[in-house]
Amino acid sequence: MSEAVSGEWPLYEVFVRGKRGLNHVHVGSLHAADDEMAIRHARDVYTRRNEGVSIWVVRSSDVTASSPDEKDPLFAPSGDKVYRHPTFYEIPDNVPHM
Amino acid sequence: MDEHSLLASFESTIGRHERIEPRDWMPEGYRKTVVRQVAQHAHSEIIGMQPEGQWIGRAPSLRRKAILLAKVQDEAGHGLYLYSACETLGVSRAELTEMLIEGRQKYSSIFNYPALSYADVGTIGWLVDGAAICNQVPLCRTSYGPYGRSMIRICKEESFHQRQGFELLATMMRGTDEQRAMVQESVDRFWWPALMMFGPPDDDSPNTAQSMAWGIKRNTNDDLRQRMVDMTVPQAAVLGVTLPDPDLKWNEERQSYDFGAPDWDEFKAVISGNGPCNTQRIAHRRRAHEDGAWVREAALAFARRSNEESHE
Repeated sequence: MSEAVSGEWPLYEVFVRGKRGLNHVHVGSLHAADDEMAIRHARDVYTRRNEGVSIWVVRSSDVTASSPDEKDPLFAPSGDKVYRHPTFYEIPDNVPHM
Repeated sequence: MDEHSLLASFESTIGRHERIEPRDWMPEGYRKTVVRQVAQHAHSEIIGMQPEGQWIGRAPSLRRKAILLAKVQDEAGHGLYLYSACETLGVSRAELTEMLIEGRQKYSSIFNYPALSYADVGTIGWLVDGAAICNQVPLCRTSYGPYGRSMIRICKEESFHQRQGFELLATMMRGTDEQRAMVQESVDRFWWPALMMFGPPDDDSPNTAQSMAWGIKRNTNDDLRQRMVDMTVPQAAVLGVTLPDPDLKWNEERQSYDFGAPDWDEFKAVISGNGPCNTQRIAHRRRAHEDGAWVREAALAFARRSNEESHE
């Protein structure tokens, strides 16, 4: 493990659920020796003002991300499916609540 | 893609005022400039805990002590948000800490001035955090995504810092003549160093043009300094203190205050290591880092052992 060589605590990504009914959202990262310490640090660093009701932490090295170079092929299928968006459909102005 | 089209795509992102994100291609100069600015900003938050931190144990009431403790804890948090933003550009936390304690990266000149009286706690909140807010609000729209997001979190919290400082000074101004004199003396000492926080004048700021073209900085140093003066003069009037500048006066034509020039020789001396507290600030940071080494090692050893045990 690289941190064993450098002596640095591994990096964790932090996700916070702002309140019930919302998704966890990425808020930043921090260093911790293990998962439990990462949760404690996340509480002190990212939720000092009631910013959240639940925290997830995950080792940054365990995150798999799409690469920006793949942006076009990976996201292209959504580009030609405009019918997925509500604005695709024309609704007369006199139809309420839609 | 070759370098030419990568650069074109980077510049068109900047041109559309969209954000650059960590895994995007970016010119080496852009990466270096963001690392330098964000690291300097992070170091400032960390070193910035020291001048006020020494007043926690001497705060005059439990209320003031709790406020100051929360404020200094916020500074630590701000430093950590910014270090984490900086690390997205491939610099490690250990390297950043080393560069600070070896003097290879800078921090804001203001924290090399001492906090001599308790009134300084109020003045630092009012003027120093006030200047920081002026500087930081436009940075919420900086072109590097993680930096901008850190700034948004920081700005939300910074307003408490400035208001507690102003309230502290206002309370002292309602006190005895001696307390009022203490506030005025503190404001006299901090006014010019606070204006120096925006950096050298525009005609002596070689990095500004490129940083603005890249959307890293949004305003010039002199613009922000002017904004700070215009915001602060009416606040000083409410507080009942004077600002130590004989050239300070309203300019009807510009709809802004004219003001004198800070002592730029002093500024240069402070940023090159010869301010009143440079040596002490770095020595303190180095000691804290070295004294904490055994804790970092012990926590790693514990994590490793727990990991091995759970795999047995």
